[in-house]
Amino acid sequence: MDFSLNEEQEILRNMARNFLTKECPKSFVKEMNEDEKGYSPTLWSKMAELGWMGFIFPEKYGGMEGNFLDLSVLMEEMGRACLPGPFFSTVILGGISLLEGGNEKQKERFLPKIARGEIILTLAVTEASGNYEPEGIETRFIKTNEGYTIDGTKVFVPDAHIADYILVAAKAKESKGNNGIALFIVDTKSHGITVTPLKTISGDKQCEVRFEGVKIKEDALIGGLNNGWSIIQKIWPKIVVARCAEVVGGAQEALEMTIKYAKEREQFGQPIGTLQAVQHYCADMVADVDGCRHITYQASWMLSCGLSCDKEVAMAKAWCSDAFRRVTAKGHQIHGAIGFTEEHDLHLYYKKAKTWELFYGDSNFHREIVAQQMGL
Amino acid sequence: MDFSFTKEQESLRQEVRDFLEAKVRDGEFQVKSNGWVESHSQKFSKDMSSRGWIGMTWPKEYGGHERSYIDRAIVMEEMLTYQAPIGFHFLADRQVGPAIIHFGNDEQKKTYLPKIINADISIAIGLSEPNAGSDLVSVKTTAIEQGDFYIINGQKVWTTGGHRADYIWCLVRTDLNAPKHKALSEFIVDVKTPGITIRPIINMAGIHSFNEIFFEDVKVPKENLVGPKNRGFYQLMAQVDYERAGLERLMQNYPLFKNLVEYVKNEKRNGKALSKDPFIRNKLAELEVEYQIGRLFCYHVAWTLSQGRIPNYEAALCKAFCTQFEQRLSDAATSVLGLYGQLMPGSEYAPMDGDAADSYLWSVSYTIQGGTLEVLKNIVATRGLGLPVAKS
Ligand SMILES: Cc1cc2nc3c(=O)[nH]c(=O)nc-3n(C[C@H](O)[C@H](O)[C@H](O)COP(=O)(O)OP(=O)(O)OC[C@H]3O[C@@H](n4cnc5c(N)ncnc54)[C@H](O)[C@@H]3O)c2cc1C
Repeated sequence: MDFSLNEEQEILRNMARNFLTKECPKSFVKEMNEDEKGYSPTLWSKMAELGWMGFIFPEKYGGMEGNFLDLSVLMEEMGRACLPGPFFSTVILGGISLLEGGNEKQKERFLPKIARGEIILTLAVTEASGNYEPEGIETRFIKTNEGYTIDGTKVFVPDAHIADYILVAAKAKESKGNNGIALFIVDTKSHGITVTPLKTISGDKQCEVRFEGVKIKEDALIGGLNNGWSIIQKIWPKIVVARCAEVVGGAQEALEMTIKYAKEREQFGQPIGTLQAVQHYCADMVADVDGCRHITYQASWMLSCGLSCDKEVAMAKAWCSDAFRRVTAKGHQIHGAIGFTEEHDLHLYYKKAKTWELFYGDSNFHREIVAQQMGL
Repeated sequence: MDFSFTKEQESLRQEVRDFLEAKVRDGEFQVKSNGWVESHSQKFSKDMSSRGWIGMTWPKEYGGHERSYIDRAIVMEEMLTYQAPIGFHFLADRQVGPAIIHFGNDEQKKTYLPKIINADISIAIGLSEPNAGSDLVSVKTTAIEQGDFYIINGQKVWTTGGHRADYIWCLVRTDLNAPKHKALSEFIVDVKTPGITIRPIINMAGIHSFNEIFFEDVKVPKENLVGPKNRGFYQLMAQVDYERAGLERLMQNYPLFKNLVEYVKNEKRNGKALSKDPFIRNKLAELEVEYQIGRLFCYHVAWTLSQGRIPNYEAALCKAFCTQFEQRLSDAATSVLGLYGQLMPGSEYAPMDGDAADSYLWSVSYTIQGGTLEVLKNIVATRGLGLPVAKS
């Protein structure tokens, strides 16, 4: 057993932290929350230069061959910085889907471009039902002579407003039940696509995407016609754990901000950090945060070793969903009124905590998986 | 990072498991919640000793095995899974031995460590007094120098296993004038010394597990002072980190947890298995997640020790977390069982022989013993996070 990062991971972490401290201060995060695009192309290309977009791609696609555990270290730093922009969408949702589900031609076509920071991708699965079940997919495709036509509406699609391509899960027109789901990669400039941003709690960019008679070519199909759901299932653990890794960083930052404040802020002639009620909140917070770290890194390590870990993944998200929310709520309590202001930074994390709790299955969703894994 | 165990560790685990399976088959003990605190068997401890499972991390020079803290955690995890009767040697293995290794002189190491390792002696811990629990600096029991001896007078309380121990590890006041924390010392005291009276205290689960101990002009040889005189408080601060680190804070009711999961799968209510009730599924999954995180906390502490670092805030955090899990477990178990959740061991109708109700009673003590939850949180906040201490 070894709970520590190895030397390369330490270097990666320090490098990422220094870079993001400089390039992504909280003022920038807030600016991007207000910004229509929600990201800075300049920062995006700097990240690409560092090799982050292709971080876990094989070298032949312009990648750096990092493993998933290394990527988690990076994701943790992004979560800590509250990094705005389409990294998660492009690399985790888009890149990993193509890496694991695409054919050689598709990989050659898209992955190097992702690695160079030239294209932005996202994945559209959820619909009006708001769930992550195959039943929830109502978007339909029809086979045509040239390829396919897609009709339907996706919601909660991250960064679709700036995406060059959307991977979309759709069901065969004639299909009943859960079968016949296919995954397509669609150029967002295609005729018949309308993207409307949603107004969400955290200022991150999520969209409704309408597909109305969108015609795509044969080569847009990723995997077989009936393979869409199995690709989603295959990449799902990585999506979930990458999100958890961001939670680890975000929760750690919220904790550190709070401790710093508790040491500085004086009431009754002493720092409020001397008060036991406050100390106990802080102790509860650190238990939550360290819990997030251990359980997430365990899952992440298992994924990078190729071990089966459905239960560990579900445990990580079940815990992180609730823990991050608790940590930021206690952080606010300790900050008093100042934390309730727009000007303060803590709310960035409070909002992220809710958004990230709800994405890719909340704690109840994942506890159900844990229950199944326990044989219940 | 690496969450796996080595091949040797996996085979150690298997070896311990086989050993325990054989003991259960032979009827030497029963797998039952709270088993390890309620039972005590020198024979069992000797068998463990002969396999090298006592004093596992201690120096070879004194009969120890110089194995890693992870190895020790593995043995403990298995012992607790089965709730083996480890009470005879447990406190000495967990904290008295390490204290002697750190603070004792060579003579003491040679005298006590091999006896602990061989399960020749059982040692109880005498820190608490009626007016000194969390605030141990206030202990009033005195040890006054007289020739080659110290004369101890006073009273200890809540001494677990005191009625079966050969020695008591005592925190006493050796200076009546110095500031409180510079006036304490630690002694190892033979219970057969004249002047010691041990009285049972029955806990609210109906078990005699702790005691009060009275000292009346008890004459203890000077060589029984461990570490320098008046340094006892500082020694203690390091010792408790060993006490707080273990899986025993997570697994006292492991059989209850395991059996509860099986119970809800098999038990029907209104024609439906209990496990199909969404509330019950969610509750048990919640407990499982907490349990698994608690386990990682424990192994993290063991790993920290194996890196040669004292896990002080990590140990406090670990204990705080794990004991709360155990309380939630017993509360959930009694509720899941409905009316049956109140039936104590021995009742004909009691599912799992009353483990749920019994654990519910015991669970009161988890967040008190070995440092209360509140005190542990203070430690995490001040020692771990560096929050300031209030001016007094
Ligand atoms: C089952 C069991 C076995 C035990 N075995 C042993 C043993 O073998 N040897 C031994 O020496 N002792 C033993 N103890 C005693 C145990 O260590 C003490 O009970 C414990 O340290 C608390 O002390 P107390 O009971 O006097 O409570 P108190 O210290 O009086 O505490 C009462 C309440 O006040 C709170 N409180 C106290 N101080 C603070 C503070 N600074 N900040 C916030 N809150 C505070 C506590 O958290 C608690 O809620 C055992 C106890 C139990 C229950």
